[in-house]
Amino acid sequence: MFSRLPSGSEAERVCPVDFGRGFLAASTKIRADNVLPAVTGRVCPQEHQCEGRCVLGRRGEPVGIGYLERFVSDDERAHGSPAPPPMSPPSGKKVAVVGSGPAGLSTACDLVRRGHDLGVLEALHAIGGVLVYGILEFRLSNGIVLQEVGHLPRMGGQFRIHVGVGKTVTLDDLLNQKGYDPVFVAAGASLPVFLNIPGEYLCGVYSANEFLTRVNLMKAYREDYDEPVFNCRGREVVVIGGGNTAMDAVRTALRLGAAHATIVYRRSEAEMPARVEEIKHAREEGVRLQLLTSPVEFMNDGKGWLSGVRCIRMALGPADDSGRCRPVPVPHSEFILPAQMAVIAVGNRSNPLVQSTTPDLETTP
Amino acid sequence: MYTIVEAKLLAPQIKLFRIEAPATARRQRPGQFVIVRVHKAGERIPLTVSDSDPHAATIPLIVQGVGKTTRLLNEKGAGDFVLDVVGSLGKPSEIMRFGAVVVIGGGVGAAIAYPTARALKQAGNHVTVVLGARSRDFIILEQEMRSISDRLSVTTNDGSYSQKGLVTDALCHRLTAGPSVNYVLAIGPIRMMAAAADVTRPFGIRTVVSVNPIMVDGTGMCGGCRIQVGTESRFACVDGPEFDARRVNVGRLVARNTMYRQQELRALQEWERARSGNGCRLSSQGASLEPGDQFP
Repeated sequence: MFSRLPSGSEAERVCPVDFGRGFLAASTKIRADNVLPAVTGRVCPQEHQCEGRCVLGRRGEPVGIGYLERFVSDDERAHGSPAPPPMSPPSGKKVAVVGSGPAGLSTACDLVRRGHDLGVLEALHAIGGVLVYGILEFRLSNGIVLQEVGHLPRMGGQFRIHVGVGKTVTLDDLLNQKGYDPVFVAAGASLPVFLNIPGEYLCGVYSANEFLTRVNLMKAYREDYDEPVFNCRGREVVVIGGGNTAMDAVRTALRLGAAHATIVYRRSEAEMPARVEEIKHAREEGVRLQLLTSPVEFMNDGKGWLSGVRCIRMALGPADDSGRCRPVPVPHSEFILPAQMAVIAVGNRSNPLVQSTTPDLETTP
Repeated sequence: MYTIVEAKLLAPQIKLFRIEAPATARRQRPGQFVIVRVHKAGERIPLTVSDSDPHAATIPLIVQGVGKTTRLLNEKGAGDFVLDVVGSLGKPSEIMRFGAVVVIGGGVGAAIAYPTARALKQAGNHVTVVLGARSRDFIILEQEMRSISDRLSVTTNDGSYSQKGLVTDALCHRLTAGPSVNYVLAIGPIRMMAAAADVTRPFGIRTVVSVNPIMVDGTGMCGGCRIQVGTESRFACVDGPEFDARRVNVGRLVARNTMYRQQELRALQEWERARSGNGCRLSSQGASLEPGDQFP
């Protein structure tokens, strides 16, 4: 009935069979090949993945696989744990996973079920990677992440926090001295890309990673936590980018009390990489969209703080390598958006820690 | 949890800790730093490790109490714990045979400079160390530095000890007398490091500084520690913390480091008020469950 999901879940067996037998059974079924249903049910772009490939979608609405995953895992959280999945006998092999984000956790779950002695090594003080530092409470609460990752230790996997592979221990040490073989590197795309335009060093200019980490992982929004973050209450906030991270950042700024929060994106809404649902939610909450607009300069108030973002209007030209229309600047169209805080959310490159001490590690460009 | 096995006051508000962290101690190289979180509701702060010994199970940290987090840490003693220690982060100092080198430690910067100075000496360099502070009480690691250097100069701003003046005065003196200098490492307040770079510039001497910008994760993830080096943006946590002094845009670094000054001052004042009042409110802070709690 359905094609297989990217995570390998067999949704066709979940939907018709297990609802009659109670939801915990459905949860067990989902968990047979999806370790993070509460997460995938909330933050995956289902319209492009599982639901986008559902045959019912050709004639109408696809099955709401995301909401099913979310409902079943929420029900499980309220009513107890599902039966543990079948485990292979111990393989006698020691396997390490570097990074405890979604890629690391999914892989770790498969490995531990195959009977391997598994260690997940995380550099931060919390398990979950982008799920805990990046994605905000209103989209995915840290309590839900905590519950999901709790399944792995119960199956025999081990988490080690404060281990920055490449720094605290090298890849070679893991392989040669610690006896891990193989090591799966899921260190994440977490090195933020900046725009390389004037004013990027001004106070009040953040990468999305920094802004979201301060608020989410470090709980800067809470009075009883020490982490500081720019106080954007009553201020103008500009977020540059059109992806889910940009939507998270702009909606967070509104929740922190920004007078106005504006997305600046250089293409049109149709090209925005963010989920349709995220854009819709942002709009409903009052986020402003400055589409076909590109930042040119972060402006200095004269004291080293941001006072505005000088922007230029764009027009869509012919398609580029990515298949999307290339934005080209419209001459003499510059204007200034007042802003005391700006967040740059235009993407990340891969984290460099592992390579920093493993120069002979081959990587694709 | 990481156990403090030794705590010793070196100067007013400057404390030496030895913290049990075997994995970090094993990999620690001169110039690298750790990120520390003192308690659950606390910040992550970068602290440079003041010595490296691959055979030790502990790392020494020398902490100057300036804000709430460092003051809170400095209240701790042997047998107490800090919640998180992750390291060793950043690139190690470049250690090679330069010839004659000058290592400057301004204030608590001496702690960061010490392991690198020693490694430079072991690599066969003629090492001149310059220590400076505002007065006698704030000079730290003098004996340690003396034991690993060929020459040692100490300056105090108020003249309460040794030579009255600035570290740059001693640097100027050294550059004009004695074997010609091939390499200068200057670690201390940003303005001091910039002044040292100004002194060496006419001599064309390679000069390196260790920057200490605001950081969150220390692993390349937040970009908060970005500084301008030449025309490029570099992250102090993964590309540094040591950079060519003449290429660092000092003005921008100074400005960015003031970003949270108001919040920092308020946090410190509130903390001091709570501390002097009846009962400690800190113990009730941050009681909520968060990811990572159950996986020590």
